[in-house]
Amino acid sequence: MSVDEFSMSAEKRSHWLLSFWRSTVGKKVVMALTGAIGVGYVVAHMLGNLQVFEGAEKINAYAALLKSNLGLLWTARSILIAAVGLHIVAAYQLARTSQKSRPVGYKRWRSVGSDFASRTMRWTGPLLGLFIVYHLLHLTTGAVHPDFVEADVYQNVISGFRVWYVSVIYIVAMLMLALHLYHGAWSMFESLGVNHPKYNRLIRALATILTAIVVAGFIAIPAAVLLGFIS
Amino acid sequence: MHLTLNVWRQKNASVKGKLVRYEADDINPDMSFLEMLDVVNWQLIGKGEEPIAFEHDCREGICGSCGMMINGVAHGPRPATATCQLHMRHFKDGDTIYIEPWRSRAFPVLKDLVVDRSAFDRIIQAGGYISVSTGSAPEANSVLVTKQNSDLAMDAAACIGCGACVAACPNGSASLFTSAKISHLALLPQGQPEREGRVIKMVEAMDREGFGNCTMHRECEAVCPKAISVNFIARMNREYLRSLLKGEGLP
Ligand code: HEM
Ligand code: SF4
Ligand code: FES
Repeated sequence: MSVDEFSMSAEKRSHWLLSFWRSTVGKKVVMALTGAIGVGYVVAHMLGNLQVFEGAEKINAYAALLKSNLGLLWTARSILIAAVGLHIVAAYQLARTSQKSRPVGYKRWRSVGSDFASRTMRWTGPLLGLFIVYHLLHLTTGAVHPDFVEADVYQNVISGFRVWYVSVIYIVAMLMLALHLYHGAWSMFESLGVNHPKYNRLIRALATILTAIVVAGFIAIPAAVLLGFIS
Repeated sequence: MHLTLNVWRQKNASVKGKLVRYEADDINPDMSFLEMLDVVNWQLIGKGEEPIAFEHDCREGICGSCGMMINGVAHGPRPATATCQLHMRHFKDGDTIYIEPWRSRAFPVLKDLVVDRSAFDRIIQAGGYISVSTGSAPEANSVLVTKQNSDLAMDAAACIGCGACVAACPNGSASLFTSAKISHLALLPQGQPEREGRVIKMVEAMDREGFGNCTMHRECEAVCPKAISVNFIARMNREYLRSLLKGEGLP
């Protein structure tokens, strides 16, 4: 067989985008890219949120600014919704493939390579999904917020987190995010093939540091409200 | 040494199996794990029972046939060691050892500890080769390979196709094996002409066999008797994307 025949073999092949999506490697690339959008979003969101420490005017003005351009707002929201949607569909399909790959399990199995974060991705992911729904109903639409004031983000955050179990929900969710990011923010580089002996340790370190900063930044807010640092 | 073994016994591919307990006496710590099983089998044959079927050939870590789960770890507790190279001195007198076959939909159990690894052969058939015309060998120095690439290609080519990576992976993924095979050819000049088509076809073949997908648990690299690095999995992903972006090997 000539080289040409090999690479362009005559067998009927589906569109490249379809075979990309169907392959486990391609679907994992989708997970990594949509995950990376998520990582970018949580970093930006965390930094924006920290403005509650600068007082009501500052954060409310910031919130108003974000909502001032409806076109931009909905473009960003559409990208995020699409990313989360693709991320979930890919996660579900890949998880099913993996589950089906071992119909008979082991009587004894011992971990020698994985860690807690990698083994819990399929729990922390869906739990984050539930949290995202709750969070939107709580601080975006106010549907489950007992004292919701339209457009007064500062007030909504403070009165929301004064309810101790609401703060606990947020803090626990952020610990889930910590686990998900500790593994995901590293493994997305591997899924995309960004791997080189020179940078591998750096990538691992960056994922860990990023996880710590993002999660600490998010948790600081309910913690500060509960401890009475902001009111 | 005296050992208590719990060994998976299964008559053939179509019946159910179960763990059966055996007391193994007179085990010498200098025996390999397979020699220990040989002793147990002699005792079983002496009693008129069916010996434990396990696959083996080279008994020196190069053929890849001897894989089994030993106390829940593929090829047992020693890193970079195939079952045939594992010595009984790494166990203690009186230990209980669980021995199970590889578990994967793509590796059906044929008998006891023997599984059918033909799925790996089909992945290789899909592209894990180079097409060379016959004739006299070319002058060796006419094709240069950097030391770095030749070392890296050798690291990948060390894969013996044992299937431990699949067996150990919580996802039942064959990514370490497939990536090793894709990488050693992609790193060498001889592998270049078919490089783009190869990765697409081998990944498709891997998926077709029903293996799971890699989530970077890194269990595979920890049990691999040849210590193949998961960096090759990242390389496979990179090769896949490169092929996709270049557009070759695709209609
Ligand atoms: C909405 C609910 C979510 C679900 C169901 C989910 C599920 C998953 C699953 C199952 C994985 C694969 C785990 C693995 O490969 O070991 C994963 C990976 C990942 N997730 Fe999520 N996740 C969700 C939300 C998020 C969010 C909000 C982010 C961003 C902060 C995120 C970032 C990532 C990243 C970066 C990866 C790694 C991708 C890769 O390995 O290539 N996920 N997710
Ligand atoms: S990569 Fe390692 S564990 Fe997997 S088949 Fe090759 S030698 Fe065995
Ligand atoms: S018998 Fe050949 S690798 Fe173990």
